[in-house]
Amino acid sequence: MEHIVIIGNGIAGVTAARHIRKLSDKKITIISAEADHFFSRTALMYVYMGHMRWTDIEPYEHWFWKKNRLELKNAYVSKIETDKKTLQFKEGGTIHYDKLIIASGSTTNTFGWEGLESKGVVGMVTKQDLEQIEKYAPNNKECPRAVLVGGGLIGVELAEMLRTRNIEVTFLIREENFWNSVLPPGEAAMISRHVKSHGVDLQNNTNLDTILADEKGKVRAVTTKETGEEIPCSMVGICTGVKPNITFLEGSGIETDKGILVNRKLETNVKDIYAIGDCAQQRETIGNRKPVEAVWYTGRMMGETVAQTICGNPFEYNPGHWFNSAKFFDIEYQTYGWVFHEPKEGNTHFHWHHEDDTKCITIEYEIESRKFLGINTFGIRLKHETFNQWLNEDRTMDFVIENFKQANFDPEFYRNFESEILKEFQNTKTETV
Amino acid sequence: MSTIQRDMSLTGQPPKSINTIQKFGTVIGLFGLALILLASFNSVFPNKGLWLTIALTSLTGGIILFAYGAYAHKHEGIKNDGVYFKSLSSRGFWAWVVGLALTGFYIVLYFFPYYLGLRQEGDNTGIIALFDPLSKLLSGNPASQWFVYGTLYTIAIFAFGIKFFLKYRHNRYERLRTISVMFFQTSFAFLIPEFMARLNSDDFSLPYYDLKNIWPLNYYNFEQYRVDSFISAGDVGLILLLFGIASIFIITPILTYKYGKRWYCSWVCGCGGLAETAGDPFRHLSDKRQVAWKIERWVVHSVLVFVVVMTTAVVYSYLGDDSSKYWLTKDTFLIGVAVFLGLLFAAIWVFKRQELAKDARYGAIGYLVIVLALIGLHYSTGKNLFLFEAESLRKSYGFLIGAIFSGVIGTGFYPIFGNRVWCRMGCPMAAILGLQQRLFSKFRITTNGGQCISCGNCSTYCEMGIDVKAYAQKGENIIRASCVGCGICSAVCPRGVLKLENGPLEGRIDAKEVLLGNDVDLMKLMNQKPSPSEYIQK
Repeated sequence: MEHIVIIGNGIAGVTAARHIRKLSDKKITIISAEADHFFSRTALMYVYMGHMRWTDIEPYEHWFWKKNRLELKNAYVSKIETDKKTLQFKEGGTIHYDKLIIASGSTTNTFGWEGLESKGVVGMVTKQDLEQIEKYAPNNKECPRAVLVGGGLIGVELAEMLRTRNIEVTFLIREENFWNSVLPPGEAAMISRHVKSHGVDLQNNTNLDTILADEKGKVRAVTTKETGEEIPCSMVGICTGVKPNITFLEGSGIETDKGILVNRKLETNVKDIYAIGDCAQQRETIGNRKPVEAVWYTGRMMGETVAQTICGNPFEYNPGHWFNSAKFFDIEYQTYGWVFHEPKEGNTHFHWHHEDDTKCITIEYEIESRKFLGINTFGIRLKHETFNQWLNEDRTMDFVIENFKQANFDPEFYRNFESEILKEFQNTKTETV
Repeated sequence: MSTIQRDMSLTGQPPKSINTIQKFGTVIGLFGLALILLASFNSVFPNKGLWLTIALTSLTGGIILFAYGAYAHKHEGIKNDGVYFKSLSSRGFWAWVVGLALTGFYIVLYFFPYYLGLRQEGDNTGIIALFDPLSKLLSGNPASQWFVYGTLYTIAIFAFGIKFFLKYRHNRYERLRTISVMFFQTSFAFLIPEFMARLNSDDFSLPYYDLKNIWPLNYYNFEQYRVDSFISAGDVGLILLLFGIASIFIITPILTYKYGKRWYCSWVCGCGGLAETAGDPFRHLSDKRQVAWKIERWVVHSVLVFVVVMTTAVVYSYLGDDSSKYWLTKDTFLIGVAVFLGLLFAAIWVFKRQELAKDARYGAIGYLVIVLALIGLHYSTGKNLFLFEAESLRKSYGFLIGAIFSGVIGTGFYPIFGNRVWCRMGCPMAAILGLQQRLFSKFRITTNGGQCISCGNCSTYCEMGIDVKAYAQKGENIIRASCVGCGICSAVCPRGVLKLENGPLEGRIDAKEVLLGNDVDLMKLMNQKPSPSEYIQK
């Protein structure tokens, strides 16, 4: 029986395993050094916040794996011998594969700051990271203040986590506003105000310089580049994004750049070895997507795709329209299609902002053709299916605004803002004419 | 993984600790409770009306003040911080204390009302006597243990309803639903029956009737004393009796078809009302394992069979044999029941068989055969209908289901089993509504394309123990018999994935192998029915 070995039990690896099992009776082994069972990485924060227990963030009950003959191995792969098709484990022992799927995910991205190795410097990517956070920031006596570096999704999650235990948070971001590099200015400013309203000391245009440790090697403060100011703290959260977790591949002959280089069939340069999820880097870019995408659903989609190829139905990875979602404290965010922080050439933005400062939308569209390109929505839930269809049909901006109600996905009885948005849109139209 | 509490202070750390307003609320609320408890030691309250007012106001005010302290200063949004760290909401010490106290209260209430002060002869004493002034004000009669219970129950729904309202104030669905349960409890369950009692006189008497309490939840509605009482009360009584019958056979099916069982379970019902308000802090304690779902299906449907059998036996026992006196005789009734059950089964079997799981088919056939065989046995051998005396069936049901299951376990064990264990495992009304919701209703929870991140909030906070995420991560609509439509899964979802909706029957159940967002060809290929192969075991 053909043996499929998967390195990594995250969403990408587990989806691949599930779909291979749907399609075949092959032997499947999933290897992870992080956790015994698949868990939802995006839900790590809720364990610290006390919303859920560890078991609640595991999407499948433990019997699921045995019942579906998915063998689980808790071990760290230290070496891949591609010529012998063998994996070596750090703990000792080897395993033979016929086909190998690497889904080793991401690790915290750092910028080589001085003092990075001090105790109490944490990331927020893995189960082990969460354990470190629980260790260094159990409460606001042990950790009166934490400093977070880097204004992205992980940073805002960590800030929300720490605030539930009344730990003071200083949040250093390089930009003018939170997530400026992705969000248009109106949105970035609104989210920054919201983050501050939760008691976070958001310091914009500020870079970390050094991390200072006490005599025991534990974090005691950081200094900033701009002013040299020393900010005392008991924990430093590194939230400057993630990078592919591929250091264990050194010397294996598997070609890498930032991530593991793959073609559209998710094949690496070595026969019978595939890479999916956060650790994969597309050789050719797909649309506006980045070559490395650390997103939950792209991991899932690559898993769905590679399973087809492995089961004798070669398929190219071909993601549809871009979409994503997140939550910034109390404000939900969804995006469909492409909205850039400033409109691309030939495009413009329509921005609507509700007076309560928790809702807004931004739509990017082509000025000439009025073609709808994408929408960011905050505080209003919108329907994925509807926007996917409108993007497929190349609808105009005017069509989208006029039919906006069809896309609403808020719970029943919620207030609607369609007419308000339409009115504002008509006003801006007359202004520009 | 749990919080490391390295300092030993008793107040605890955020998010477990409570603030000054909450402490005041606790003191005031417990003071009210203490006054009521004092009454049970026959402490002489000089002016019962005044002291009862003080006690109930403190209790209500304390709860509301606590809630205000907990939520008012915070942003609108989801408030589940520290749920699994707090002793009370994570089956810790305080959960057991409260669970045992509530269980004890129910045991005294159902089986030893003497200790609450109920007296057959002479005036009430103790707690019940404390409530006499309010009862006399409303109905003109002295209080009973049920009046005490009803008052406290209403206060719980009202005060904890305000707490729930503050907690979910950003969510209009939750706000309206809470106003609805508060309204139905205060008016239909509490005030109207008391006022109705005022209409009673020597030659006119209606039974105590909470109009929204529908058979079979209200399992005693068609017992002889009530039916006699309805009939002897003339047109008004007859209308009420017909309303009781129409409630379950006409009104309920129509509303459930249009809105799902939520119209009742989380908008109207008193049990649901208490679960949604006072029980809200315990909603995550429901068992989400697949094995719990299997047990639930057998238990709740068995209770349904029990209540149908019991009610049939009871009605049969008091009907006459002579069709010239009254058209509905023992035989007409019994054959009518058998034909109705047979037709209902046949209709489901013909139109909906493919939607029934294997155990549902076995269960349905098994129970139908048993019930019909017992009716046949009764006619062929003359043995008791359903083998037992109607009276012993009635008493057993009242004891096992009416008292132990719904009260002692269902509510007493809120802090251990979660707030809906009765609704999920025991309520025959929920079973009927659930069957219809699963097979013939416009209600469903839809999922939003590929946005689900399998975080598990929806499943965790589902009070009915539904593994919502298992459907959401597959992009599948959630159509479960047990779903009461509380809307919390949708509220706690951080990615805007879930929405409660009423829509067309077509395409209501649509499993997807590959979610929206992936290659169109792959989605088509994988989503073809039947699915490519069946190697995966669910």
